[in-house]
Amino acid sequence: MTVDSRDELKNPQEVIDELARGSLQTEQMLLNVGPQHPATHGVFRLLATIDGEVLVDAEPVIGYMHRGYEKLVEARDYRQITNLVSRMDWLSNIQNELPMWMAVEALMELEVPPRAQYMRVVMVEANRILNHLMFFASFGAELGAITPTFYAFREREDIQAAMETATGGRMHFGYMRAGGLKEDVPRGFLQAMLAAVRQVIDRMDQYYNLLVGNEIFKARTIGVGVLEPEVAYNYGVSGPIARGSNINFDVRKDEPYLVYDQFDFDVPMGTSGDCFDRFWVLLHEVYESARIIEQAIEGMPSGPILGKVPRVIQPPEGEVYIRTENSLGELGYYLISDGDKRPYRMKIRTPSYSNVSALPYVLKGTFVSDMIAILGSFFFVLGDIDR
Amino acid sequence: MEITLTDWQLLLVKLAVILAVVPALTLVAGYAEHKVMAHLQHRLGPMYPGGFHGWAILLADGLKFIYKEDIIPAAADKRVFKLAPIAIFIPAVMVYLVIPLDRTLIVEDLDVGVFYLLAISSVSTIGVLMAGWSSANKYALIGALRAGAQLIAYELPIVLSAAVIVMLAGTMSLVGIVEAQPWPFILWPPGIGLVAFLVFMGSGIAELTRPPFDMPVAESEIITGAFTEYSGMRFIFGFFFAEVANMVAFAAIGATLFLGGFNPIVPWSPLDAIPGFVWFVLKASFLLFLFLWVRPTFPRLREDQLQKFAWKVLIPVSLFLVLAAGAWVLYAPEALQP
Repeated sequence: MTVDSRDELKNPQEVIDELARGSLQTEQMLLNVGPQHPATHGVFRLLATIDGEVLVDAEPVIGYMHRGYEKLVEARDYRQITNLVSRMDWLSNIQNELPMWMAVEALMELEVPPRAQYMRVVMVEANRILNHLMFFASFGAELGAITPTFYAFREREDIQAAMETATGGRMHFGYMRAGGLKEDVPRGFLQAMLAAVRQVIDRMDQYYNLLVGNEIFKARTIGVGVLEPEVAYNYGVSGPIARGSNINFDVRKDEPYLVYDQFDFDVPMGTSGDCFDRFWVLLHEVYESARIIEQAIEGMPSGPILGKVPRVIQPPEGEVYIRTENSLGELGYYLISDGDKRPYRMKIRTPSYSNVSALPYVLKGTFVSDMIAILGSFFFVLGDIDR
Repeated sequence: MEITLTDWQLLLVKLAVILAVVPALTLVAGYAEHKVMAHLQHRLGPMYPGGFHGWAILLADGLKFIYKEDIIPAAADKRVFKLAPIAIFIPAVMVYLVIPLDRTLIVEDLDVGVFYLLAISSVSTIGVLMAGWSSANKYALIGALRAGAQLIAYELPIVLSAAVIVMLAGTMSLVGIVEAQPWPFILWPPGIGLVAFLVFMGSGIAELTRPPFDMPVAESEIITGAFTEYSGMRFIFGFFFAEVANMVAFAAIGATLFLGGFNPIVPWSPLDAIPGFVWFVLKASFLLFLFLWVRPTFPRLREDQLQKFAWKVLIPVSLFLVLAAGAWVLYAPEALQP
């Protein structure tokens, strides 16, 4: 659109006549959302064809943050990779490390002591709460509610402080090792974590009513951006988004890893697959994660935190696919080892990548404002899409 | 020695005062916005600039904006682009000419004061449309069109609810309206004034494009709407300054029309000891606080929901109010009239 096209403007009377006849020709406009746009939290680009405020077509363009991790890992040994994959989904860092080591352990047939398993569950679920709180903040912000951001970050702070005492990191923890964890947690960690989680749950009720109980919030999200279960299946959507569409799939339940089969927890499910349901599922997963953490801390066995591990991590020849339930869906590592200290090939299946592929389907025919609500409710992390 | 001023000199002095007071008010209100929002969100807000609770944050902000590069897009319609912030800024200041701070503390008590207020406060939308069109940016265009549609939708309830007050007071002069409220209109006549007040304030928020009706500048959707391409001084005068100045003006107008302006809040003689100016500031500050309170509380509506709210709720309600006010003026017994 340039202003020089003024000459082609019609005589106002003609426009009025055309409007009266109902034959006014309007043009579609190509709107480039991103890669620099406040609502995409990252360098995500959406080529939107709009007719007034209605989206006729939307095409996500990804790859602006491609860092070539799958190639980089082929030149690094496993201790280095753990810190690399932690940077894929920068909100679920420790959850990215876990399946990578699980794959190595599967190839090397390593025993992980029970204390390490329980501690891994605590860490992973705490990380899930951190991630979900972040999306609680950002989804509110996208709908114009600026206050949830500050509440969510206050809650994140306590959990992060607890995790920092154990791992030394606040964002990239680097705590997992083959056969267990780097070192045992410091004294007082379990109590601090329990207190932090209980506080989150206490306050979650308030936030829930503040944001989810709000009439404007409901008007903006209920019935908006419906993702049907069949479509979600076909696009390989997983995690809270699939469960929002009433797909009962949670790796923790269906293929229990670590010690998840020993805990009592529910999988929150949406019914209609709209923005509201996706957000509802996300919030309720916080409660379930808190339940798991409480049970894991109560049943925490004593013993070594690291199993018997050879000096050099060198998986034998072979291949394995390990998947876990990441905060945003199924995270899978397909590891092929040729017996070297470095992987021969490591294919990573990240949840955001598959989830985002369903976006064009959902976005078609919505309003520009809905587009932001839908983008927000798809809970993607750019680093997780592009790796 | 007695100083006598001609009418023209007096007018010039008053104008100079307005030109000094409005920016100062804007700074105070902007600071209040920072602090109120911060405390509603478990934050401290600015604490360092100026020493005491960051009182100088907006001066520092302003200086920063002055130093910023003034960028004009190559494809922009440059004259219109430069003119737009001025077209938004000047009406924001001109509103203050008719607001009575006290019985005599007013620049010009126009006979058509209410009419002037409503007319001037909607002129700035032309500036927004200019900014949106001339920026040669699609987001700016969408923002400007949203602002235009919003103005048309929400100007009607504002005008109608102000018409209710004009009917009750029997005058358009703002001083006259205040003097017609020994009891403020929000309390008496029962119901009519209160609902008119709610309609006026709700539409006022939409007119100011503040949350939850801030689609024309919705940051997460269309960056800053019509002001996406603006930077530096043009940005703060066209966007920030005008928004805050308009917000203060709306609070002042609301206090004048509905809360009895410089009159005490209830006609009780001990309250007369407090000067009218103080009453006015108290009432306007209260309404300003309401504006600030709404912002961190609600999410944003969608464009079509906003239009529906205006045409299906506010406008019928205010039409009904006009009827009710007419009936009250005609048929209410003399003893109940203000």
